[in-house]
Amino acid sequence: MEPNSIATGYRALRFPRHRIDGMAGTSFKHEHLTAILEEDRRHGFFEVHAENYMGDGGMPHRALTRIRQDYPVSIHGVCMSIGGPQPLDRRHLARFRALIERYEPALVSEHLAWSTHETTYFNDLLPLPYTADTLQHVADHIDEVQETIGRQILLENPSSYLTFTESTMTETAFIRELARRTGCGLLLDVNNVFVSATNLRTSALDYLADYPLDVVQEIHLAGHAVQSDDNGEPLLIDSHDGPVCDAVWDLYEAVLSGTGPIATLVEWDSAIPDWPTLTREAAAAQAILDRCILPDHRRTRRAAI
Amino acid sequence: MRPSDLKIAARCEAAPYAAHFAGRLLDPDKPAPPDVTGPAGQAAEQRFGIYRNNVTVSLIEALAAVFPATRRITGPDFFRAMARFHVRTTPPTSPLLFEYGHDFPAFIEQYPHARSMPWLADVARIERAWLDSYHAADEAILAMEALAAVSPEGLGAIRLVVHPATRLLASDHPAFSIFSANRRDAPVGRITATEPERTLLTRPHLDVEVRKISPDVAMMIAGLMEGVPLGRTAGDTLAAYPDFDLSAAIAFIIEAGAFCGISTNGVHDET
Repeated sequence: MEPNSIATGYRALRFPRHRIDGMAGTSFKHEHLTAILEEDRRHGFFEVHAENYMGDGGMPHRALTRIRQDYPVSIHGVCMSIGGPQPLDRRHLARFRALIERYEPALVSEHLAWSTHETTYFNDLLPLPYTADTLQHVADHIDEVQETIGRQILLENPSSYLTFTESTMTETAFIRELARRTGCGLLLDVNNVFVSATNLRTSALDYLADYPLDVVQEIHLAGHAVQSDDNGEPLLIDSHDGPVCDAVWDLYEAVLSGTGPIATLVEWDSAIPDWPTLTREAAAAQAILDRCILPDHRRTRRAAI
Repeated sequence: MRPSDLKIAARCEAAPYAAHFAGRLLDPDKPAPPDVTGPAGQAAEQRFGIYRNNVTVSLIEALAAVFPATRRITGPDFFRAMARFHVRTTPPTSPLLFEYGHDFPAFIEQYPHARSMPWLADVARIERAWLDSYHAADEAILAMEALAAVSPEGLGAIRLVVHPATRLLASDHPAFSIFSANRRDAPVGRITATEPERTLLTRPHLDVEVRKISPDVAMMIAGLMEGVPLGRTAGDTLAAYPDFDLSAAIAFIIEAGAFCGISTNGVHDET
């Protein structure tokens, strides 16, 4: 069978519908593939960056296909540039759609950020001001993505180092309004909340109290690097290169104690550890998830949605 | 442009935040954008520097990931300095980072500090080709049986369909030997090769395979890749290299998986 085709007949033989609810997952890195396949099938999911699987063929697709057979997969886009003022790159959007059709992921997400301006791709998640104008164009972009792929996306809150003087809305109000207008769900990155609050000298708990937790369908946890600014105050870098810090674990548990379990990813994208280390980090998240099952969880979540 | 695009284009002008960032991210001499601030009115210079650093460092790392042997040859500091120049003058134009660096070998060729390593650009060309081959579309390779099924009198007229993962590179330097010695963790021994080398990359199964090939086989494969019929390519090669062993060459290109089908007079047969 031609492995790259998305022919109709092929669909009948496709992947199982693995459930992702209440699971902890890890980033999928190819260096872990052998270790993952050698162990017994675990409880958990894998998340991949969409762009790494936009090549035509070869090992990346073979590896992801293998993983997708046994595990739920979440596809996380990192460069749609939804937060930029210019039109979305329609070729990129078409690739994103093809990838989602091919792998039928349990979750699809993107960032409240931009990364391309004119023709230059900056390979970073860059910030935007929160105004009525940017709200409108970001909402238009989310609508276009959701219409193109034919399903809901989850939007991730950014990590911030600075703010725009022209902003007229808080980030939480901006995100809440985006979810309301577009029907998108949210990916709450708890590390980003902590990083932003530290860097902008605001309160992470206030942020979470004002965040529309009822539409959060996935949580990200990650490590960050600690630096200090010119005044000697802490400046945190969202580096994804180490374990999750204690303050982020505490915030995470505080969120879940109100919401009940939400699928949670431990992100670790550079200085990638061995597979046992990564699974221990995911097991820590799973322990908190299991602790936070509310007696009336199902009813509460359904009512919220 | 669709009407809605025009509307969004107008928005770009009304919302200059991206243009403000974009014009400064790759230029360390420019100040932070005028419309950003740190907490409590604190200057944003250092904070904007985080984005600037993320962009430059991540793109240098992207090049380092594509060109590990090149980096090993130059050492990390030399590579970082060279890559930084390239990142700032030629940032990526696609969000697919595995497509980045196609212009890097030509940049290396012109980079004044790399003049003492005239073979470095060709090593980089092999590395760039390796990643193209790695991501190329999946196709079954041409089997010897398919070739054997062609009638002997028809054999000369057939053209071979090049496999999507096949790349052929010729260097005036021993680029293959230098690439091979540096593309792994083992210690690099003394490289004694001095002759020009031709490199064939194929992906007969899942892994990219890199081979040094002789000038005659390279000439024949190059002809076949250009769509020249088998008979004429073989004749041209024999004329240039009287010792050319045609049947060994055919066995080799089948085993390497350089082609994926046979076409007769433009009629494409997916074999």
